[in-house]
Order: sequence, then C-alpha cells, then structure tokens
Amino acid sequence: MEIGPYLMLASLEGAVTAAVLALTAVGLSLVFGVMRVVNVAHGEFFMLGAVLAWWVTSLIGGHPALGFAVALLSVPVLVGLLAAAADMTVLKRVSHDPERTIVATIGILYILQQVTLMTYGPDARPVVPPFNARLALPWVEFVGGRPQLYWPWGLSTTSYKLAVIGAATLVLIGVWLGMTRTRAGLLMRATQMDRDMALAFGIPVERVYALVFGLGAGLAAMAAVLIVPIQQAHYLMGGDPLLLSFIVVIIGGLGSLPGTVVAAILIGLSDGIISVFFSPTLAKILATLLVALVLVFRPQGLFGERRT
Amino acid sequence: MLEVNGLNVAYGRARVLRDLSLTVRAGEILCLLGRNGAGKTTTMKAIMGLLPLMSGRVVLDGQVVSDLPPHQVPRTGIGYIPQGRGLFADLTVAQNLQIGLMVRKSGTQVLDDVLDLFPRLRERLHQRAQTLSGGEQQMLATARALCLEPRVLLLDEPTEGLQPSMIEAIREVIVMMRARGVAVLLVEQRVDAVLSVADRVAFIENGRNLETLDAARLRADPAILERHLGV
Ligand SMILES: Nc1ncnc2c1ncn2[C@@H]1O[C@H](COP(=O)(O)OP(=O)(O)OP(=O)(O)O)[C@@H](O)[C@H]1O
Ligand SMILES: [Mg+2]
Repeated sequence: MEIGPYLMLASLEGAVTAAVLALTAVGLSLVFGVMRVVNVAHGEFFMLGAVLAWWVTSLIGGHPALGFAVALLSVPVLVGLLAAAADMTVLKRVSHDPERTIVATIGILYILQQVTLMTYGPDARPVVPPFNARLALPWVEFVGGRPQLYWPWGLSTTSYKLAVIGAATLVLIGVWLGMTRTRAGLLMRATQMDRDMALAFGIPVERVYALVFGLGAGLAAMAAVLIVPIQQAHYLMGGDPLLLSFIVVIIGGLGSLPGTVVAAILIGLSDGIISVFFSPTLAKILATLLVALVLVFRPQGLFGERRT
Repeated sequence: MLEVNGLNVAYGRARVLRDLSLTVRAGEILCLLGRNGAGKTTTMKAIMGLLPLMSGRVVLDGQVVSDLPPHQVPRTGIGYIPQGRGLFADLTVAQNLQIGLMVRKSGTQVLDDVLDLFPRLRERLHQRAQTLSGGEQQMLATARALCLEPRVLLLDEPTEGLQPSMIEAIREVIVMMRARGVAVLLVEQRVDAVLSVADRVAFIENGRNLETLDAARLRADPAILERHLGV
C-alpha cells in the first residue's frame, strides 16, 4: 500500500494528541501568563482528572455515556476547586514568589501523587468510552486515470476520537471567548499586564490568581477526562503531559494563548506522525531539540512578544 | 482630608522613606518636590498600599486606608496616575476606562463626563492603549483615574515628555478637579508648572520631610527653591 493512508491515520492520531495537549498546555500557559509562576503540579491535576473520571464513572454505572457525561461536567470543576484551594492556602502564603512557588508546587505534586497511590492504588484502569463506533476511512486511488474512493483494509478511526478533537476545539473557543469577551477575562488580562496597576484599580488580584490557578488545573482535568477512555487512568500518568505542556508553552511563547494552541498542534501532529513512522522516542527527542533551538534563537517563543 | 503620618518604607534593606508625613486638604493641590530618587514615587505607591509599610499610617477622612488590603484602597476614592502612565497596554481605551469605572461602580454618566474632558479619547475608544501617542496615553491614564470619581488624585509627573499644549490640557483638568473639591497630590519636576498651580509645596529629600510651605511664599522668594533643590 502507498504511504498516503498511513499518513492520514498518523495525522488523525496526532490530532487527538494535539487536541488534548492543547487543552492541557493552555491551562499551564494561563497560569504562567497571568500569575508569572510555573505550576510543576500541572501534570498531577491532569492525572487527578483521569482518576476521578474513573471513580465517577464506576460509581454511577448504567449506560457508559451517562457516567462519562457526569464525569466530564463535574471532574474539571472538582479539580479546579481543589487547585484554587491549594492556591489560597499554599501559594498565597509564599506570595506567589516564582522560586518558592516552584518548590511549593513540587510539594503539591508529590502529595497528589502519593495520596492517589494510597487510595486508588497502582493499577491502570480503563474508562469505557461513551460511544465508540468504528469509522472506516476512504482513500483515493486512480483507476484508469480517474480518481475513485476506496476503503483500504485497516484504515479506520473511532467516532470517539473525532469527538475528542471536536470537544477540545469547543472548549478552546470557549476559553478564548471567556478571556476576550467577559468581565472575568478582562480582569485576568489586566492582572497579567500590570499587577500593581490592577491592584491600584481595585482588582482583587489574589482572587484572580485563585480563579486562574483553578481554571488552569480544570483545563488539564478536562483534557484527562477526554483522553482517559483511550489511555487508562494511572497514578503516574501526569509526567508526560507536564513535559509536553512545558515544551508547547515554551515553543508557543510563554503566556501567549494562540501560540500555545499552534505549538500544541505542531507538537501533537509531529508526535503522531513520527511515532507511527519511526518511534515515539524519536518524537520526544525531536520535540525537546526544537525547544532547545527555540530557546537559543527565539527565547520569547514563536509567537510570544519580547518583554521589555 | 488625606493624611500621611510617619511613613517608613524600605525596599529590602534600603530604607527609602523616613518618617514622611503629608497632609492634603480637600480642594487643594499639594506639590511634592524633591530630587531624583528622593522617594516621591515611593510615597505614592505606599499610599496606594502597593508597598509594605514598616510603620506609619495613611488616613482618608478618618478611615485608615493603610489597614486595608491593597485592592480596597482605590475603592475609598483614591485615583492614581502613576509615573510612566501604567496603562493596560494590550487593552483598548474603552476597556482601560471600564476598569476605572468598575472600581466604585460608577455609571455611564461618569464615563460621558470624563470623555467630554478628553474628546480625543472618544474617537479612539476601540484602539489599543499601546498604539496611542504619548499625550493620548497620558490623557487615558488621567481619564481612567477620573472614572472612579476620586476624592483624592495622585499624579506622578503627569507632564513628563509632553508638548506644551498637552501640558496645558492636563493642568486645566487638575485645576478643575481642585475646584470640585478633590484633594490633589502632584509630583512635578518642572518648577514653573508647580508654581502656577500649587497651593502648597512639600519638599522632601532622601525620603525625609524638609519644609512644607505655601506656594505664594515660594513665588515671592524663589531662593528657597535653590536651597532645597539646588536648581
Ligand atoms: N523597586 C525598587 N527596588 C529597590 N529600590 C528602589 C525601587 N524603586 C525605587 N527604589 C529606590 O528608592 C529611591 C526612591 O525612588 P523613587 O522612585 O521613589 O524616587 P522619585 O523621587 O520618584 O525619583 P524620580 O524623580 O526619579 O522619579 C531611589 O533611591 C530608588 O533607587
Ligand atoms: Mg518618581
């Protein structure tokens, strides 16, 4: 068989990765952009989203779609509230100082991970997808010089994977509208641009920080709920999303949301394609190399503005 | 109206304000004069609650504003026009003003009044603050502070780098605010500008009070200026 169908399949897998990665990385990017802190525990909020999704779906029973719908709506909120509480109790105490926040979030990382190990255990557990129809994909071949559609054997995806891409796109559009069109978004952006002047104009910066930290963690949890029917929940699953989110946020430009999304698509797609044709390890090596190149030649990121 | 009592402020270990005290009455312009690095900007930030006080208080009409969390300070009616303007650069003119209006939940009438003072801004409501000219940016910073219907205005070098016509426009607004009973604390480098608007002048040096006197006395005896500023 020719290479085209494989490429399409790899791109689709990559698009799923990209969609989930974009959600996770936008969460990290929001926190960095507005609060100027690095949340090392971001991957654990992702993990928590997956584990809680398993817990909620197994608690509810009935049709898989019901449990999944409840998980999709409730888990990001739960994780967001937990993160906001962590911000108000821990990060506020260290005044959101960049270095001390890194240390504090490393602490949060281990607490979340170990509490999950002690309660949920070391097993990887699956969540049943709410729907999972197999969709055969067509390809074009030329028969006697005329293009013709045919369905190569094994070339297929599932309706759930397409739904993940769609859902992530919708959520990202929602985040964008929220940031640009709502009052809360205005307060967040003002805080991001000038914290002191935000205070001098009555913006409760501490509360904005708690909101942003919760929102960032909630987005990671949302991404995890979407991916867990494909990937299984495990207490150590937070490492990869954290690393990839960092890569994406650095390439996209720290704090730039459009840059983050473009970089997520770039990294997700190339990860999918390189993994299929070569090896997943090569994909990670190349992504990390790209980060190094970006840091050397364009430290503000591909889309970031140079800060003065 | 606004009383600053015995402020001590330090950045890390470097003490910048030492027992600094000021009083600004309603309907009065008090000018703060001092050399570069004397602590004028620091005084204003301290009043806004943006710097931790080692000791001292800021009192507005009997209310101790220095006990409030910083974001509640402007809600008592203190409008701040910082050095360098401090605009929200990526936000539009309208959004910058909206943030000013939200401080004390001012209505659209207030916005209308403010835009009447600065018609140039009305034409540029949907332009990003960053893309405004220097003079327009200063207008916006002033307008944003007026949007909270201030009882006290803090202006930190509002005419820095502006052309004469713009300086005159800013001066008119300051005088108008005085007429409305606002207490104005003004930091200004240009002595002629100070003498033309100030009611009283407070000299500071190395974060300490030197002398506070009526502007009339300064106008009569410019030698005092020379003594305190070395100009
Ligand atoms: N963030 C800071 N960290 C450390 N020192 C500072 C900081 N900001 C100001 N200073 C120091 O505090 C002193 C007073 O600074 P301030 O900005 O209040 O002076 P100023 O009177 O406003 O001067 P200018 O006329 O140049 O605006 C200066 O010596 C300055 O170096
Ligand atoms: Mg200054």
